[in-house]
Amino acid sequence: MALLELNGLTKQFGGLMANYDVTLRVEEGEIVGLIGPNGAGKTTLFNCITGYYRPTSGSVRFQGKEITGWSPDRVCKTGIARTFQIVRVLKEMTVLENVMVGAFLRHGQTKKARRKALEILESTGLAPRQDQLARNLTIANKKRLELARALATEPRLLFLDEAMAGLNPSETNDAVDMVRKLSQQNVTIVLVEHVMKVIMPLAHRVVVLDSGQLIADDTPERIATNERVIEAYLGEKYRAASRSH
Amino acid sequence: MPALLAAILLLIAFPYLFTQPFLQRTMILVVMWSVLGLAWNFLGGYAGQVSFGHAIFFGLGAYTSTYLFIEYGVSPWLGMIAGAVVAVIVSAIIGWPSFRLAGHYFAIATIAAGEIFAIIFRNWKAVGGAVGIYLPIVRGDKLSNFQFHDSKIGYYYIILAMLGLAALTTYALERNRVGYYLKAIREDPDAARSLGINVTLYKMYAMALSAAFTAIVGAFYAQFVLYISPNTVFALNISIQMALVAILGGTGTLAGPIIGAAILIPMAEYTRVYLGGRAGGLHLVVYGLLIMIISVYQPGGLMAIYNQWRRKETAQKMQQAADAASAAREG
Repeated sequence: MALLELNGLTKQFGGLMANYDVTLRVEEGEIVGLIGPNGAGKTTLFNCITGYYRPTSGSVRFQGKEITGWSPDRVCKTGIARTFQIVRVLKEMTVLENVMVGAFLRHGQTKKARRKALEILESTGLAPRQDQLARNLTIANKKRLELARALATEPRLLFLDEAMAGLNPSETNDAVDMVRKLSQQNVTIVLVEHVMKVIMPLAHRVVVLDSGQLIADDTPERIATNERVIEAYLGEKYRAASRSH
Repeated sequence: MPALLAAILLLIAFPYLFTQPFLQRTMILVVMWSVLGLAWNFLGGYAGQVSFGHAIFFGLGAYTSTYLFIEYGVSPWLGMIAGAVVAVIVSAIIGWPSFRLAGHYFAIATIAAGEIFAIIFRNWKAVGGAVGIYLPIVRGDKLSNFQFHDSKIGYYYIILAMLGLAALTTYALERNRVGYYLKAIREDPDAARSLGINVTLYKMYAMALSAAFTAIVGAFYAQFVLYISPNTVFALNISIQMALVAILGGTGTLAGPIIGAAILIPMAEYTRVYLGGRAGGLHLVVYGLLIMIISVYQPGGLMAIYNQWRRKETAQKMQQAADAASAAREG
């Protein structure tokens, strides 16, 4: 049984098909990269799975359980966490408080939630900033905080929406290491990313969306040479670059 | 800590230190509005849902205890609890649909709801209509009667106890999961949902808590003034003043609403006394001015100004210490 199964997922906004008939499986322990041009429906797909949008048709199953149309809080409780494309830290709360809000989901007592949050801050390298207000963090640390906060809910499956966009190369490397580490801790990860240099070595499998439809689902190596993907997204330059390797 | 202890002792000793009836009455009002500000703060401050309809709960508390007392001879103490229960139920009925509205639209919906209640009670003959209800006087000045005629001190200690209860509840809330969740909802409802928080449910918890405390004070007010009417207990003024007390002092803090009440209420009482006949409503002009100043200059209220000042002070001290240390090294 796959951890996550999408069957014919469709989301329509008026006359626009944001997602059309998307069928996808995510196995336990995988790192799946989701790529595609702007407006391909990647974030919409995330929103449909995590409860922010109700799919027009199709179904979402998590651990064999039907969760289509569940509210975001129920989806989170069942073990799916996410970050946002545009960071949404709790600005006027401290770094520690942000992560504690996440930790309260599985640890009702303040003392236990604090302990769990401190543990996560330690492992994500945010511990030195625990008393800062979240609004005073750099963009890289805000993204890291959002990830830490999502981890505090102890998810089985984690959706990262452009967690590395806007980071400099060394920050990106840190983020990649973090994703690898999480994967080893048995968290399954689906990430939307534009930086091919990040996704290709990191993902076990890459899924490509174009105009709301799934056009490819394969290993990174085969995606890089897939004609349709090159045409829709990667572009001729990428073909030239991969040939020269 | 010693400052807090001194403040508490001063509050307890107040009626014996200041025996003039006007001062005692003003102090009762200050404490009463502190409790109301703290009650409003649960929803408006922590959860960030600004309500201008809290007179609904104030009025329901006043009317429920008074009606039960007059019609069935129920003790106002029990009536007060019943009023809180009624207010909680009504808060759920109002909250469920209106929490679908965000930001300003929620505030507007609460104004509308408040006016609906004022109109209903103005036209409800069984509870006195627009004329209102006079409470029968019970002699004896006993705590169990909830009426004091020879001296107002009894009222003072009752409302002071309520302030203690509201302050302790706030203190506990700040350290509890619910408090963290409410703040998260205030900061970003969508992010809160992504962390497993049922946003509507927690807003309703906050509103229920807020409504219960407001209703309890409403019942107190009825016993204190011994006359209630839709124009006094369901007035938009009450809703606005509750919000203002908390906003002036600082929303989402424990001390804020108390400081706000301590400044605003004496100001209103003194302008009424000194300018009363000549310039009725002048304190309302001052309120308007205050709202403008706060929203432009420091939306965090007086507590935020104080915290800024304290941070600056600490930074200066650390700088001085650093300077002194480097001077010592060089010397």
